[in-house]
Amino acid sequence: MSDFLFRYRYYLARRTTQILLLGTYFLANLYGWSIVSGNLSSSVVFGFIPLSEPFATLQMFFAGAVISADILLGILVVLFFYGIIGGRFFCSWVCPVNIVTETAAAIRRKLKLQDKTNALPFSRNIRYWFIALALILSFVFSLAAFEMISPIGIAHRGIIFGFGFGWFSLVAIFLFDLFSQKYGWCGHICPLGGFNALIGKYSLIKVTHDATKCVHSLKCFLVCPEVEILELVGKKSHIISAKECIKCARCIEVCDSGAFKVSIVTLAKQLKEGA
Amino acid sequence: MNKINTPDRRLFLQKILSGVGYASVGAIFWSAYLSKSQAQSLLLRPPGALLEKDFLSTCMRCGMCVKACPFDVLQLATISDKTAIGTPYFTPRENACRLCPDIPCASSCPTDALDLKSLTKDNSLHINNAKMGLATVNTQSCLAYLGLQCTMCIRACPLADVAIVLKNERNPRTGMHAFLTPMVDATNCTGCGLCERACPTNIASIKVLPLFLSQSDIGSHYIIGWKKEDEERLKKSSTDVTMSKTKRNEKSALDNVNDVEGILEGLYHE
Repeated sequence: MSDFLFRYRYYLARRTTQILLLGTYFLANLYGWSIVSGNLSSSVVFGFIPLSEPFATLQMFFAGAVISADILLGILVVLFFYGIIGGRFFCSWVCPVNIVTETAAAIRRKLKLQDKTNALPFSRNIRYWFIALALILSFVFSLAAFEMISPIGIAHRGIIFGFGFGWFSLVAIFLFDLFSQKYGWCGHICPLGGFNALIGKYSLIKVTHDATKCVHSLKCFLVCPEVEILELVGKKSHIISAKECIKCARCIEVCDSGAFKVSIVTLAKQLKEGA
Repeated sequence: MNKINTPDRRLFLQKILSGVGYASVGAIFWSAYLSKSQAQSLLLRPPGALLEKDFLSTCMRCGMCVKACPFDVLQLATISDKTAIGTPYFTPRENACRLCPDIPCASSCPTDALDLKSLTKDNSLHINNAKMGLATVNTQSCLAYLGLQCTMCIRACPLADVAIVLKNERNPRTGMHAFLTPMVDATNCTGCGLCERACPTNIASIKVLPLFLSQSDIGSHYIIGWKKEDEERLKKSSTDVTMSKTKRNEKSALDNVNDVEGILEGLYHE
């Protein structure tokens, strides 16, 4: 049992964080607690710390909205944290859709639906196109375009304020990830993930790989949702510096030889290694 | 040598163009949904809401107004509601705005999509400045217009005798009773919907509609003769009217009537 807890320590910690956060938002709204109000688009924590979502705000800016001081302050707080711990930390530790897609990926593994030869070419850069398109459409329609269809927004609002038929978007993503494309939504399409990746490119917290310990079991390749970022694993010791890393720490958990660890890597060091 | 036609360059351009292709197909469906969501909402927005178009671009969909409302009047639109997803609205027949003097909903809005400034007069909050909609009376099903002394709407109205006024008229059918009929004052009605909620008819006979539906505008070409400021406007406007006139016919009237050929030509050839 303790072995199980150890093997899934990050996984369990992430699920706990996600569910605790959702629960806090839900109960705070239900009982009017002041520890947190709002949702993942914009919140106020403890009645005075503003938090606002940078991507949504950028869309609003393109839509021609006047951005209020509260929102600007909220973005600064969020950007500060994303700059330190990495923007995609949000994806694996907070985002409710992550629970859906990781479940789909786990079932996909169990059912052995991972046959590479049948996989369609599906670029991981779709998300960056999606960002550009979202900003253009926001400008054209004077409306935050991605916020109108965002399954993350639908999920989080749904849990706090009620879903309507919105739950179907989560079912759709689940089916897509399960049968059509491995990590299809989070790892290829989601523009919010892409945007957070861009923000957190030089974040301080990174996973590092020690090639001398690597026994080439390739277990990390099986679990990593952004498998392209592990390109050099087993070949040389390095910082996993790709911005797409969601800091889920699954590689650390599955590695029997302890070749991965979480490290604090300064910007200077990252730039040096990158060059 | 021939740097322009390297395979690398070709592949790069091909990738970009394939992205453009996917993006345009996606943009079509996405745009269709966006333009549909932008259709003027028939639902009522919380007090202080900007004009619908600005409201949709400014609202962050955080739901803080919904949480702030002490009477649980507001709801966030889900994908099934007939307005832009995630935006707040209320349905007066179910639950109507109580016009809280401290306006917790608009005060909690982080983006000013609910604009407190529009609800402020002389540095203090005035919820009575709210313009969420305008109540309209259906005089065929309203009990008061049928002759009953109902007065439910005026009793529910937070601005009774200001926003809803009772008119006293003789009932010629009985010859001995009075009609006490409600009239909505368009300049003072806040659109809170308490009247609609209180109306005892099966479907409410007084309904709050969004301003774009129920508000009217007399236009500038009618002058209210007994109002001094309107007369002033007349004096000013007479100078800036310009008309383009058709050139006057120079022929005499007799020549015009007798010009049969000309008339026939005009009939058949023009």
